[in-house]
Amino acid sequence: MSISQHIVVVGNGMVGNHFVEEVVKLRESTDTRITVICGEPNLAYDRVHLSEFFGGKTAADLAMITQEQYDEWNVEVLTSTLATNIDTESKTVTTNTDKTISYDHLVMATGSYAFVPPIPGHEQPHCLVYRTLEDLVDIQESASQSKVGVVVGGGLLGLEAANALQNLGLQTHVVEFAPQLMGVQLDEAGGRVLRSKIEELGVQVHTGCATQIIEAGETCRYRMNFADGRYLETDMILFSAGIRPYDQLGRDAEMAVGERGGIAIDASCKTSAPDVYAIGECAALNNFCYGLVAPGYSMAKVAARHILQTDIENAEFAGADMSTKLKLLGVEVGSIGDAHGKTEGALAYIYENQPEGVYKKIVISEDKTTLLGAVLVGDTSEYDTLLQYMLNSIALEDSPEALILPMADNKPGLGADALPETAVICSCHNVTKGDIISSIDEGACSVGDVKTCTKAATGCGGCAALLKSVVDADLEGRGVEVSKDICEHFAYSRQELYDIIKVNEIRTFEGLLESHGKGELGCEICKPAVGSILASVWNDYVLEPVHIPLQDTNDTYLANMQKDGTYSVVPRIPGGEITPEKLIVIGEVAKKYNLYTKITGGQRIDLFGARIDQLPGIWEELIAAGMETGHAYGKSLRTVKSCVGKTWCRYGVQDSVGMAIFLENRYKGLRAPHKIKFAVSGCTRECAEAQSKDIGVIAVDNGWNLYVCGNGGMKPRHGDLFATDLDDETLVKYIDRVLMFYVKTADRLQRTSVWMDNLEGGLDYLKEVVIEDSLGFGETLESQMDNVVETYQCEWKTTIGNPDSMKRFRQFVNSKKTDTNIQFVDERGQIRPATEAEKLSEIDIKEVQ
Amino acid sequence: MSQQEKQWRPVCNVEDLINDSGVCVLINEDTEDEQQIALFCIGENKLFAVSNYDPFGKANVLYRGIVGSLGGRYVVASPLYKQHFDLESGQCTEDESVSIEAYDVRVNGNSVEMCW
Repeated sequence: MSISQHIVVVGNGMVGNHFVEEVVKLRESTDTRITVICGEPNLAYDRVHLSEFFGGKTAADLAMITQEQYDEWNVEVLTSTLATNIDTESKTVTTNTDKTISYDHLVMATGSYAFVPPIPGHEQPHCLVYRTLEDLVDIQESASQSKVGVVVGGGLLGLEAANALQNLGLQTHVVEFAPQLMGVQLDEAGGRVLRSKIEELGVQVHTGCATQIIEAGETCRYRMNFADGRYLETDMILFSAGIRPYDQLGRDAEMAVGERGGIAIDASCKTSAPDVYAIGECAALNNFCYGLVAPGYSMAKVAARHILQTDIENAEFAGADMSTKLKLLGVEVGSIGDAHGKTEGALAYIYENQPEGVYKKIVISEDKTTLLGAVLVGDTSEYDTLLQYMLNSIALEDSPEALILPMADNKPGLGADALPETAVICSCHNVTKGDIISSIDEGACSVGDVKTCTKAATGCGGCAALLKSVVDADLEGRGVEVSKDICEHFAYSRQELYDIIKVNEIRTFEGLLESHGKGELGCEICKPAVGSILASVWNDYVLEPVHIPLQDTNDTYLANMQKDGTYSVVPRIPGGEITPEKLIVIGEVAKKYNLYTKITGGQRIDLFGARIDQLPGIWEELIAAGMETGHAYGKSLRTVKSCVGKTWCRYGVQDSVGMAIFLENRYKGLRAPHKIKFAVSGCTRECAEAQSKDIGVIAVDNGWNLYVCGNGGMKPRHGDLFATDLDDETLVKYIDRVLMFYVKTADRLQRTSVWMDNLEGGLDYLKEVVIEDSLGFGETLESQMDNVVETYQCEWKTTIGNPDSMKRFRQFVNSKKTDTNIQFVDERGQIRPATEAEKLSEIDIKEVQ
Repeated sequence: MSQQEKQWRPVCNVEDLINDSGVCVLINEDTEDEQQIALFCIGENKLFAVSNYDPFGKANVLYRGIVGSLGGRYVVASPLYKQHFDLESGQCTEDESVSIEAYDVRVNGNSVEMCW
């Protein structure tokens, strides 16, 4: 339904932002205007992973949205602005900047605040809370002046805060009022096991402690005195004793509130005030506030549908399951449903392994047919299965204790088939098994596709394994063989083909098809894949006549095809360093052939609009000036971006340009499963953005830090810190090994980032293989790379020197004419392809010379 | 198409073809019926001729696509957006409503001939 309306959202946390995304997705036009009032200076960020801020993530890494995206959606945001009053009669909101904003619908997403118990002395400096990015900055600042830190509160957030303090190098204590840790989620025994594990890690836990006063200390800044006469000296105190809904605005506007606070809502997330909704942690359904993000997202979806009057039949928030699984201070903890066994007649099975610090309990119904709850400490591998049993009331088999016993025979691993379609697989994005199946109905045919379509497993990622088993089971059920076969011609994965080619010394596609494939021809999937493997293994000139039919058009013509069938040309500019003479040649070539010229993100120059028959002439001139192909068309090394480094920069500590040029020249031409990008930064200011590259090198005082498997693009990924303080030689050795291992083992078209995410054992495994040489073939990888380096040739140089290859660079074999469909118009002083309409009107169209 | 009678006409020589790959010829050059044709040669002697115009990408590029077999049919994959066209019928395998013109083609001595 398309109506012009104005929605005002108070609060821009994860839930408030999710609401905006939902409205943008559902609205039919920008007639539905949105204004967001955001109290913090930062737009919505990932509060769930807030502690990663101390692990080096920046505010930008944690951001869930950008100003640009809101601008594009036409969403107005007022940051650092607080709503101070709501007039539900005139339907206006007033802000602390004295703005009055009218609304048609108002959405309260004000979230919650950290509860600070009213202990005398709690308002002193270095007594902080752990809630927002700004809090974290304060904590960091305070920690830098402290040696000992105390967290008040032994719940989930408190333990996360303790983790942060420990990572900041403080001697850390947790002070809890209750007799155990995580009393909401764990039973007493579970709390005890968790406590001993945490104490093993060096965090001291004090339970049953009621703090009475915070006063000046003797050995530290403060002393906390407890009711039982004990005391504790500390330099800083973090309060994490629970959260309270921010409901004051609602109370002032006389909205109904829950018994323990929170703006009261109904199942459609409406408050008692007309056209006012509340979602997330500030809302209370049946007197209960949901302090998790997943229920908040569900509320956001429901509110958006009701406001837009779309799909309201299915838009109801009826409460949410509060089961949770997480890692606290490195200890796995899971809590499902009725963890305390409060249901009448409930029975429990308990397994405890004290030497390893593992505790597991399941709570089942009196008739032993259904699972009611569970507690897992130290090992949560059964969490997914148990959760599905509980959520879907799946009938238990005899001896349900087998569910948690290690090494039990016939452990009833819950097959994906056993789950009903309503089973929620991803609770962050509320994706059910049914949603997953319908995405497969609509054409998704891999876990990756399903993730893209449904967002499943893209929140906390905890359901990834379950998602995979559901997808695989469903595909298998459809007769789709879930295999790594690359296509109908080869029943092998790319890695297997690589080994076959290498071991059997196969040098042609035909040879491989005959010995290991089926069908007579191959296709556009297997041909380029095999072409790339042959190039990686043997490094032959890719335009050897036997290889030509294997190449994608970009590889065949050694240029990048654009939408109109013309090509773009990118000469290599190693490290982004170029002499004025070469710059002039590029300019002259572009001028002569009337090419559109643009600087690329990889610090080089792209020349667009070259007809196929112009490519050899263009390259003859570039090569004569000493330039080489930039492989912009290949699944191979693209660029090594660099900052100017210590040669010029006041802050640089190493010669980043020199290293970048060396690396680019070393790895140029290496054929890989996908393109590879590098960058080298001359200091930790990281101007070359190396952490977003497949291989990132950052100069430090003692040498180089190496990051691997980063990615920009569609799904950005920060590179993982692989090794530090490397000298030049070791740096190159590690890069040789990482790259060659990737080339050998990755799937077709798999970037290093996805390869790493799928690598069993992940970063640690890669370190073992490369640094510790656990597979014993480190030197082999290096010598293979040496071989690739030694046999490098500039493909354009080889092509220009070969009249037979040159024959391919023409549009027609029987005419000298050129393609009349290629037409350009002028834009900002350069050419651009004419649109279809422009071609028809033939006005102002410049034909290529 | 033209009013003229259909007949076999030479378009290029056998050595202009590239095995398991495509080339392009211009027919009816400099007339109103000027047309670009993609010629594919598979194996030693299987020849195919289809229009060179990619109706999805709206560009004359099909001869630069990869030829292959899909379920026993010979196809070319557009280098732009990868739709497949059956080389015998011109039918797009992803979209039933789209097909491109396909022509009869043969080798006669040293000459490649098309019928139109």
